Amino acid sequence: MMLRLAFGSLRARALTVTMTVLAIALSVALFLGVEKVRTGAKASFADTISGTDLIVGARSGSVQLLLYSVFRIGNATNNVTWQSYQDIAARPEVDWIVPISLGDSHRQFRVMGTTPAFFDRYKYRRDRGLELGDGAIMNDLFDAVIGSDVAATLGYAVDDPIVVAHGLASFTEHKDQPFRISGILKKTGTPVDRTVIVSMEAIEAIHVDWQNGAQIPGQSTPVEVIRQMDLTPKAVTAALVGVESPLQTFALQRAINTYPEEPLLAVLPGVALQELWGIVGIAETALLGVSAMVVVTALLGLMATIFSSLNERRREMAIFRAMGARPRTIMALLVLEAVLTSAAGAILGVAFLYLGLMIAQPMIDSAYGLWLPIDAPSTREALVLLGVVAAGAIVSMVPALRAYRLSVADGMMVRT
Amino acid sequence: MTDGTPILHMKDVRFQWPGRASFSLEVPSFEAGRGEKVLLLGESGSGKSTLLSLICGTIAADAGDVTIDGTRLSDLSGGARDQFRAETIGVIFQQFNLLPFGSVVDNILLPLRFAPERRARVSDARAEAAALSLALGLPDVQTAKAATLSVGQQQRVAVARALIGRPPLIIADEPTSALDANSQAAFLDLLFDQVRAHDTTLLIVSHDARLGERFDRVVQMADIARTTERAA
Repeated sequence: MMLRLAFGSLRARALTVTMTVLAIALSVALFLGVEKVRTGAKASFADTISGTDLIVGARSGSVQLLLYSVFRIGNATNNVTWQSYQDIAARPEVDWIVPISLGDSHRQFRVMGTTPAFFDRYKYRRDRGLELGDGAIMNDLFDAVIGSDVAATLGYAVDDPIVVAHGLASFTEHKDQPFRISGILKKTGTPVDRTVIVSMEAIEAIHVDWQNGAQIPGQSTPVEVIRQMDLTPKAVTAALVGVESPLQTFALQRAINTYPEEPLLAVLPGVALQELWGIVGIAETALLGVSAMVVVTALLGLMATIFSSLNERRREMAIFRAMGARPRTIMALLVLEAVLTSAAGAILGVAFLYLGLMIAQPMIDSAYGLWLPIDAPSTREALVLLGVVAAGAIVSMVPALRAYRLSVADGMMVRT
Repeated sequence: MTDGTPILHMKDVRFQWPGRASFSLEVPSFEAGRGEKVLLLGESGSGKSTLLSLICGTIAADAGDVTIDGTRLSDLSGGARDQFRAETIGVIFQQFNLLPFGSVVDNILLPLRFAPERRARVSDARAEAAALSLALGLPDVQTAKAATLSVGQQQRVAVARALIGRPPLIIADEPTSALDANSQAAFLDLLFDQVRAHDTTLLIVSHDARLGERFDRVVQMADIARTTERAA
């Protein structure tokens, strides 16, 4: 009966209670959402590249190397000469090596030159490899394989022509040498989805008429001539390396880092990923902190609502008192209401979260390559929800104590 | 109908509102016998509300005894007084008696929630609530929200609530002042019928001397209580 009366009392103040519940629900959804993004991002992150033992590039920072070689974010400060690349490839520890050449773009997507071995060697989420959804890998010099996001965003199909632009946000295009899409990869949730992959030779080919980053005026070598040229790359941006035995990884890393001919850097992807996460993680923690503050704000709102309802409810409290309710029963009633309110907010917040996830999951996946799994709330999340309800009870203690004092002072008579 | 031991007995009671030095109340002696119907007449400011609070035990006398049904309230702790009030006294206010969001039956059963002995006296609480409603001429409104009732109906629901579980004493504070003259008479008829049927002591506080003829005894507030009111 007390529960029914508490419900009735809440229903009587439906509007303010609804607003409070909504505020709590939104804050809970935000908090859990940030938590989801955080764990999802971490998992996605760690799963971006696997099976590669070392990433090699020009000497810079390990995070920077990881960012441009794997995430296609930012640029290489320098390239690795073809000579150095071949030296590394020739080392006995090296099982396989895949070159990567970056620097051009198609629309908002990066173009990456590599060898067909990339399709066998690049692994993500432990041991998943790249699969073609349609078409085949590059066969001709001017063939391109595109990631699923590229195809979906630009509406491309196999055999469509595409023109590669020089640089990343450039209006200069390599119009003279249009490419043909030979294949479209299946979705991976990695940066590969947003990449246009061409052969190493193709990267050389489109730069035949270019020097120092600018097109040589008036010069336009016909495609037939280019096909006859020696298109051995002069440099690579980075390389993915697999070693014969994991034990040799560190020896090879040291050898590359101390390579005398050129300043190079070799990083362990896992270590660099963790380092990168350390940087990104701070922002995530800050975001989590902010959303925790939002939850606190919503709970303070709950407290304010109870406070402001106290005056109009003095009559109600007097009735309870006259019927023989102790002041602490009245206090308990207010706390019960707060618990019901915050529980409703927490449940609605979870509903908001899942609704939001269902709507936003494909969008976040395609926009950020971030896969947020929709699964039952984790123990941690359940604890957060319980915490919200408990905090609701605790903050309601303050107005409840005031109600206690009021009902002791008022007794059955309300003096207004 | 009155027997030897009074249901209510007050002796040398003094009370001063804490923090408010300006108002104090003294009741040298006041009694109500079992089954007696007493009208306590007094203007506003005569200490009626304070007197009722003392009888109900929501405030404790600074000195003297308030004895109800053989129990000295000063012997009880605050919580025990609340429980005792729930068991012993039915209270009817001037108006706004009911929890507006509760149904009629919720409101009638409310005191039983705090009074296990009263609850035990009623074998089927809902049937009892329905019977009282019927006797008080309430239409079939058990599940209606109290806020949807007219003032007259609300006052009758308050009577049903005061009577359920047969507490020995019913206290009413200006129960008719919110009603028009016709409704007042009808309301008092119903109230007296029920109080007589349940053999309950009735103490009504009012400023309206015209109600007097129905009561066994009419007491002027000024005759039993002294109030002092000084400018603070």
